[in-house]
Amino acid sequence: MTDYKMHLLICGGTGCKAAESDEIKKSLKNWIDELGLEDDVQVVFTGCFGFCEKGPIVKVMPDNTFYVNVKPDDAEEIVKEHLLKGRPVQRLLYTDPVSKKAISDSKGMNFYKKQLRIALRNCGFINPESIDEYISRDGYMALGKCLGELTPDETIKEIKDSGLRGRGGGGFPTGLKWEITRNVESDEKYVVCNADEGDPGAFMDRSILEGDPHSVIEAMAICGYCIGAENGLVYIRAEYPLAIERLKIALNQAREYGLLGEDILGTGFNFEIDIRLGAGAFVCGEETALIHSMEGLRGEPTFKPPFPSVSGYLGKPTNVNNVETFANIPVILNKGASWFSKIGTEKSKGTKVFALAGKINNVGLIEVPMGTTLREVIYDIGGGIKDGKGFKSVQTGGPSGGCLTKDFLDTPIDYDNLIKAGSMMGSGGMIVMDEDDCMVSIAKFYLEFTLEESCGKCSPCRIGNKRLHEILENITNGNGKEEDLERLKLLSNVIKDTSLCGLGQSSPNPVLSTILNFEDEYLAHVNEGKCPAGQCKALLKYEIIEDLCTGCTLCFRNCPVGAITGERRQPHYIDQSLCIKCGVCYEKCKFNAIRLS
Amino acid sequence: MPKIKLAENTVQQIKEVCAEFGNKEGELINVLHKVQNKLGYLPAEVQEVIARELKTSVAKVYGVVTFYSFFTMIPKGEFPISICMGTACYVRGAEQVLSEFKRQLKVEVGESTDDGKFSLNCLRCVGACGLAPVVMVGEKVFGRVAPTQVVNIIKEYREGCASENAKSA
Ligand SMILES: Cc1cc2nc3c(=O)[nH]c(=O)nc-3n(C[C@H](O)[C@H](O)[C@H](O)COP(=O)(O)O)c2cc1C
Ligand code: SF4
Ligand code: FES
Repeated sequence: MTDYKMHLLICGGTGCKAAESDEIKKSLKNWIDELGLEDDVQVVFTGCFGFCEKGPIVKVMPDNTFYVNVKPDDAEEIVKEHLLKGRPVQRLLYTDPVSKKAISDSKGMNFYKKQLRIALRNCGFINPESIDEYISRDGYMALGKCLGELTPDETIKEIKDSGLRGRGGGGFPTGLKWEITRNVESDEKYVVCNADEGDPGAFMDRSILEGDPHSVIEAMAICGYCIGAENGLVYIRAEYPLAIERLKIALNQAREYGLLGEDILGTGFNFEIDIRLGAGAFVCGEETALIHSMEGLRGEPTFKPPFPSVSGYLGKPTNVNNVETFANIPVILNKGASWFSKIGTEKSKGTKVFALAGKINNVGLIEVPMGTTLREVIYDIGGGIKDGKGFKSVQTGGPSGGCLTKDFLDTPIDYDNLIKAGSMMGSGGMIVMDEDDCMVSIAKFYLEFTLEESCGKCSPCRIGNKRLHEILENITNGNGKEEDLERLKLLSNVIKDTSLCGLGQSSPNPVLSTILNFEDEYLAHVNEGKCPAGQCKALLKYEIIEDLCTGCTLCFRNCPVGAITGERRQPHYIDQSLCIKCGVCYEKCKFNAIRLS
Repeated sequence: MPKIKLAENTVQQIKEVCAEFGNKEGELINVLHKVQNKLGYLPAEVQEVIARELKTSVAKVYGVVTFYSFFTMIPKGEFPISICMGTACYVRGAEQVLSEFKRQLKVEVGESTDDGKFSLNCLRCVGACGLAPVVMVGEKVFGRVAPTQVVNIIKEYREGCASENAKSA
C-alpha cells in the first residue's frame, strides 16, 4: 500500500452493506475531507472480515483497531478522536463477553484466536478491486512460478502431495482430478469454477469472490496450464450481484496486466475466463447439471460416468472445482505441499471455511484447521448459544447433510468423521440449533427445499421425497403413527439407493439423521401428540391458569380472532375452536397466567 | 394467460439482445437474463420472439424459463417483497415473518396485491445470515425482522410511494 499514513478498511461484504456500510464509508470520507486528511488517510472497502454478527466493521491500520457495530453517525468521532488525536473510540471496541474488557486488536478476540485463514487470507485485508494490493501479498507469484519453473506434471504433483481435497462437498482429491483431466487427449479442454453455492444459509464462496477474486482467477489459470486448457468459465449465481461485479473488475485488471489473455508473462501460454450466470436452481451445483446449464439447457443432471473430466462442457474434457478449492491453490504452490500437508488430519489436509449461523452468538464466516472439534467451533469461536439457551444440534452439509447431537461435540471435524457421524462436510454451511428447535420440523424444512429443487428427471427423487414430506407433515400435524418411523426409514433408503444424482441420493439424510439422533422427539409427536420443542402449532394448546389470571383483559384485547372471553377482574378463557395459536396472549400476559401445553 | 400484443419497439429490443449474443441457441440463458432485466418478466409472447430469433422451439425456451426459479412469467409488484427462507433465517423465525406478510397483504407466496403495489416471494439465503431473519424489498435489505415490524415495513412503502408520487406529479 502506497504513501498513506493510515488506512480505514470497511467491510464491503453483502451482510455489512445491508447494514449501511455504504453510508459509513461516505460519512468517513466526508469527515476526512472536511478536516483535510485526504492525503494521509485512505478509505477502502474490503472483503468480509467474518465477524458478521458484529457488523458493520471498520478496521484502522496500521494500529489494527477493530471497531464493531459501527453506525454512519460514528464516523465523526472516529475521524476526530482516533485519526486526529490518536485516541481510539472505546465505546466502539469489541467487549469480551466473559472478561467484559474491551479488546482493540482482533488478534486478541476468541473469535479469531482458533482460526487459521488460508482460503480467506486476503478477505478483510485488501481492497478486492485492486490487483496491486493482491500482488503486494504474493498474488500471481504462484502463476509466475508454474509458468516459469515448473512443468504441468510437477505442478500437479505438488497439489497431489499437499493432500488438498475438493471443498465443494464431495472431497475428491484435487490433484488427482487435474491429472485425470490432463491425461485425456483432446483438442480443447475447459476449466470450470463452481460458484453456484446452493446450500441455503451458506456464504463461503460468495465471500471469497467478493473479498479476493484474484485468488480464484490465478488458480484457474494454473489449472488451465496443468490440464492443457485455454478457456475457463465461472458459473456463478445471479443472486450474487456484488460478487459478479467484483469478479468482472478483477478479470479486466488481470487482462490489463497481461495475466490473462494471449502469451501470459511471455511464456506462450494463453488463457481466458468467461462468466456464466446461474438462474436459481440448486441442482445446478451438481457438476453435470451445471455443465448443461452453461450450454443454455435445463439444468438436469446426467448419469456419471462419463465424468466431466472426460466429457464435459460441449463434450470436451472439463475440470470442475469449487471456489474455495481454487482459493487454496496459490498458497500451496507458494508455501509448498509439505507446509500444507502438516495442517489438518491424516486424510483431510488444510483448513475448511464454514458459514456459522443459526442460534449462535457469533454468526459469521470462519476458517479452521481440519480436525478442530465442533465444541471449539461452537463455544470458543462461536461464543456459545444465543440467549443462554441449551445446545441441541448442529447441522452440517445443508440439505444433503445431517443433524448431530451434543455427543458429537468433541468429534474432530474432517470429511471422514462427519460421514461416520451420519452427516457430511458439504460445502461448509453450519447451522446451530437450540432447545426451541423441533427436529421433525427441521427435517421437514429441508425436504421442502428438496421438493422445490428436485429437477424431476427421476421418480425416486421426484415422487419419493413428496411422500416423505407428506409423512412428516402428518407427524407435525399430530396425525402421525409409530409405524411412520419405519416407513420413513425404508422409503429414505430406497430414495438414496435409486436416485440418479447426488441431490436425490442425499436428500433423505436430514430425515435419517434426525430419526437416528432424536428418535424420542419423533415418538413424542406420534405417541403422545406432543412437540417437546413447542414448535408444531397443531400440537400446541394455549390455556389460561385460573389461579394466576387477574382478569386484566390485556389478552382479551390483543387476541386477533376474539377467542378469549371473560369478565373484568375474573379469570378469562380461551375458546380452543377459535384459537389460531398465534401466541400473542402468551407474550402479552404480565402475570405468566398463560400456559403452553 | 390472456394474449398480449407486444409493442413494436419491445420486439425490437428483444431482437437486439438476441443479436448481441450472436443469435446463438447456447446463449439462451444469458438472453433470458438480459431480456427479463429490461422487461421485468418473460410472458409467452416474449418467449416466442426469442425462440424465433435463436432458431429454436418455443417449447425449449419455455422449458428453460420454467426450470429456473430466477425467471418469471408474471410481472412483479412495484415493490417486490422477498422473505429469505434460508436455513439461518428459518431457525431464527422467518416462517412467522412470512405468515405475517401473508396476513397483512392478503396474498400467497408468488402473488401480487390487487393494486399491483406488492408481490410476495421467498428466496434462499441472500448471504446476510448475520442479520437473520432477512427481508428484501426491492434492493433494500431489512435485517433482524420481527413479525411485529411487518406492519411498519409495509406502511413505509405504501406511504413512501404516495409521497414520491406526489413529488413527481
Ligand atoms: C445437488 C448437488 C449440489 C451441489 N452444489 C454444489 C455447490 O453449490 N458448489 C460446489 O462447489 N459444488 C457443489 N456440488 C458438488 C459438485 O458436483 C462438484 O463435486 C464440485 O463442484 C467439484 O469441485 P471440488 O472437487 O473442488 O469440490 C453439488 C453436488 C450436488 C450433488
Ligand atoms: S435425483 Fe432428483 S435432482 Fe437428481 S436427477 Fe433425479 S430428480 Fe433430478
Ligand atoms: S439464510 Fe437468510 S440470509 Fe442466509
